[in-house]
Amino acid sequence: MTHAESLPGWAAILVSLLLLLGAGLGLVGAIGLLRLRNFYERVHAPTLGTTLGIGSILLASMLFFTVLQARPVLHEVLIGVFMVLTTPVTLMLLARAALYRDRREGSAEVPRSTTGEG
Amino acid sequence: MTAMILSWSVFLAQLMLALGMGCAIWRVARGPRAQDRVLALDTFYVLAAMLLLVFGIRTGSVVYFEAALVIALLGFVATAALSKFLMRGEVIE
Repeated sequence: MTHAESLPGWAAILVSLLLLLGAGLGLVGAIGLLRLRNFYERVHAPTLGTTLGIGSILLASMLFFTVLQARPVLHEVLIGVFMVLTTPVTLMLLARAALYRDRREGSAEVPRSTTGEG
Repeated sequence: MTAMILSWSVFLAQLMLALGMGCAIWRVARGPRAQDRVLALDTFYVLAAMLLLVFGIRTGSVVYFEAALVIALLGFVATAALSKFLMRGEVIE
């Protein structure tokens, strides 16, 4: 990492903290995916990594390249906005699909449909 | 000194993300049902995008950002199509 020698100290420490926070949140989300008992509990865990985790890694990347290149580097915002918009959509689609499948099988663990259709 | 702190935290972050990807792969392999596997794949691609961003910080090149963007875009489409498939049994009706 020879290019990072020219980085000032405060920026290096801030980038390190943000990186460790983001990666730690991603890991906690993945462990939650592994440890929680059923699908409806598990669907909550990865959102920790996909929103806050990727957000802080994107902040670290933005700060790093902005300080290193001495000009504002903001294209990481694109991934951030995209992730924040798409994560709820995908997980809601997935949870609805899982609920539909469980109801089709007549599983006792999910509440029955009130409208009469799946 | 500060460069050493940065390189160690980059290494630790890569290690944690790789462990998280390992957890996600384990859930893909074990299931137990199709929706669990799709959820684990979703987690896996997000962690892969994060790992590519950390690689970008490590090497100081902006190229990795584009790879992360492509992964984020295609991963969303893949998860949406797979949950559509789980719901209806086909992707395009």
